[in-house]
Amino acid sequence: MLRYTSRRVLQMIPVLLGTTLLIYAMVFAMPGDPVAALFGEKPINENVADQIRAEYNLDEPFIIQYLLFVKGLFVGDFGITFTGQPVIDVITRVFPTTIKLASMALVFEMVFGIIIGVIAGIRQGKLFDSTVLMLSLVIIAIPTFVLGFVGQFVFGIELGWFPATARDASFISLLMPALVLAGVSLAYVIRLTRTSIVENLTADHVRTARAKGLSEGRVTTVHVLRNSLIPVVTFLGADLGTLMGGAIVTENIFAVDGVGSALYDAILRSEGTTVVSIVTLLVIVYILANLLVDLLYAVLDPRIRYA
Amino acid sequence: MPEATTNSRTTRAGQHRYVAPLEETPLQSVDAVSKESDGSSLWKDAFRSLIREPLFIISALLILLIAVVVALPALFTSADPTFCTLDNSLADPRAGHPLGFNQQGCDIYARVIYGARASVMVGAFTTIAVVILGGIVGAIAGFYGGWLDALLSRIIDIFFAIPFILAAIVLLQLFRGSISAWHIVAVLAAFGWTQIARITRGAVISTKNSDFVTASTAVGATPLKNLIRHVLPNSIAPVIVTATVSLGIYIVAEATLSYLGLGLPTSIVSWGADIASAQTLLRTNPEALFFPAAALAVTVLSFIMMGDAVRDALDPKARTR
Repeated sequence: MLRYTSRRVLQMIPVLLGTTLLIYAMVFAMPGDPVAALFGEKPINENVADQIRAEYNLDEPFIIQYLLFVKGLFVGDFGITFTGQPVIDVITRVFPTTIKLASMALVFEMVFGIIIGVIAGIRQGKLFDSTVLMLSLVIIAIPTFVLGFVGQFVFGIELGWFPATARDASFISLLMPALVLAGVSLAYVIRLTRTSIVENLTADHVRTARAKGLSEGRVTTVHVLRNSLIPVVTFLGADLGTLMGGAIVTENIFAVDGVGSALYDAILRSEGTTVVSIVTLLVIVYILANLLVDLLYAVLDPRIRYA
Repeated sequence: MPEATTNSRTTRAGQHRYVAPLEETPLQSVDAVSKESDGSSLWKDAFRSLIREPLFIISALLILLIAVVVALPALFTSADPTFCTLDNSLADPRAGHPLGFNQQGCDIYARVIYGARASVMVGAFTTIAVVILGGIVGAIAGFYGGWLDALLSRIIDIFFAIPFILAAIVLLQLFRGSISAWHIVAVLAAFGWTQIARITRGAVISTKNSDFVTASTAVGATPLKNLIRHVLPNSIAPVIVTATVSLGIYIVAEATLSYLGLGLPTSIVSWGADIASAQTLLRTNPEALFFPAAALAVTVLSFIMMGDAVRDALDPKARTR
C-alpha cells in the first residue's frame, strides 16, 4: 500500500512539470506586453519598464523564467502579482471559496446523483427510469451558462428564494451556483449509477443473496450498491478537479470571488505567475483526488490489493 | 424404439464390444455456413437492433434535419439573418418573422436557422480532428506498448490534467481580436484529443491479444498490417460512440467560449453569441435567449441520444435483455 502510494506520488512529478511547462509556454506566448499595459494611457518610461521586467524576470529567456518559477515553487514562493501582491495572498483568498463551492457541488452530485440513479436502476424500464434518463440527457445538452442565467433569473430574481449573486460566499448564496455547477456532472452520476445498478442487479452474487433469503432492502444497499459504486466513485474523484477548474463560468455568472474569477482576471492581464500558480494547484488537486480514488477502490472492492 | 436398439447393437467385423455407430450427418451441414444466409457482424447486429429503437430513429431524423439546415438554410427562411435595424428592436412576431426580433432588430428565427452552420461545423470539425489525433496517439501507445506507451501516456496525462475550458481560454488569448472558426476548432482539439486517445488505447490493448491477431501474425502479417487491418477495425466501436457524444459537447464548449467573449466574431451568425447577448434581456424578452438556446440544446441532445443508442446496440450485455 505504502509502496504503491509513493510510486503514484513520484509519477505525479513528471505530469506536474509537464502541465506547468505547457501552461507557462502558453501564457508566455500571449501577445501584448504586460509591462506596457501597466502604464495604461501614460507614455512608457523605459527605465521603469526595464526595472519591472527585471523584477519579474521578464527579461530572461522563456526557459530560465520557467526554471526560476519552478525553483520558487519548491520553496513555497509563488511570486508576486503585477499589483505588488504576493500570489500566495491571492491563492489563500480565492481557494477557500472555490473549494467550498466545488465541495457543495460534489455533495449535490453524491446525494442526488446516487439516490436518483439507484431508484431509476431498480425501476429499470418503468416511467420513472425513462423520465430520469431523458431529463439527464436534456441537462447535459443545455450549456452550463444557460442553466446559470435561468437559475439566477427564476430563483434569484423572480422568486427571490436565493441571493442572486454570491459575492459574500455564504452557504445560502452558494447553493444556487453549486447546483448549477453540479448540473451536468449530476446528470452523468445519475446515468452512471443507474447503468451500474442495472448491471449488478442480475449478478450471481446478488441472486445468491436473494436465495439466502435476505430482504430486498439489504440486497440493494449492501450487495448491489457497494459493487455499483466503483465507477461512480471514479467519476466523482476525477470530477473534483473538473469542478474547480470549470467554475470559471459559474463564478462569472454569480459574481463569486473564487479561483475562476481570479484566473480569468489574471489571464486578461497576461499575469503569467498567477495563472501558472493557480493552474498548478488545480492540477495538484486533480491528481491527488485521483490518487485518493484509486486507494478507495481497495475499500470498495476487497479483491483489489495494492502491493 | 426397439428397432433402433437392435440396429445399433450390430457389431462390426473385428469388434468384440459395442461401439456406437459413426454419426451419419454429413459434415457440411454442421460446420459450413450456408452461402445463402447473410453473414453477421457486430455492426450488422447492432444496426438490426438500432432500427427498432425509437431513440435512435428520432435522433437520426433530427440529425438529418439539422444537416439539411446547415447545408441549405435558405430553404427554411427567406429573411436575412444579418439584416438588422433598430426600428425592429425587440419587435413582436409578425408575418414572415415568426419568432420576432432581438435587441439589435435581427430576425430571431433567421438567426436560429443560419446559426446552425457555425455551431455544427465547429463541433463536427473538432470531432474529426480529435478522432484523428487521439486515435493515432492512442493506437500507437496501445499497440506498441513499452516505453512508447509510457511516454505517450504521460503526455496524455499532462494534457488531461489541465482543465479543458481553462486551456482554451489561455490559448484563445493568442488570437484575441481575430478569432476565426478554425482557431476555435484547433484550440478545442488541442485539449480534447486525450479522451479519444485513452479510449482508443484501451480498446487496442484489449483487441491486440485476440486469437485472430495471433493467427494473422502466424501467417506472416507485419505489425503495421495487423494494426491497420485487424486491430483498428475491431477497436473502433467505442471510439465512434464517444466521438458522437463529444460532437455535442464541443458545440456546448464553443457556445461557452462565446459567452466568455472568446467565441466566433460577431460577423458570423452563431447560437453561442446570440445566447450570450440575450442574457441581459431575460426579464423582458426571454424569447431572444430561449430560441437559440433551445436550438442548441436540441442539436446537442440529438448527438448525445444517437451516441447513447449506438452504445446500447453495440454492447452485447445490454442486448440480451
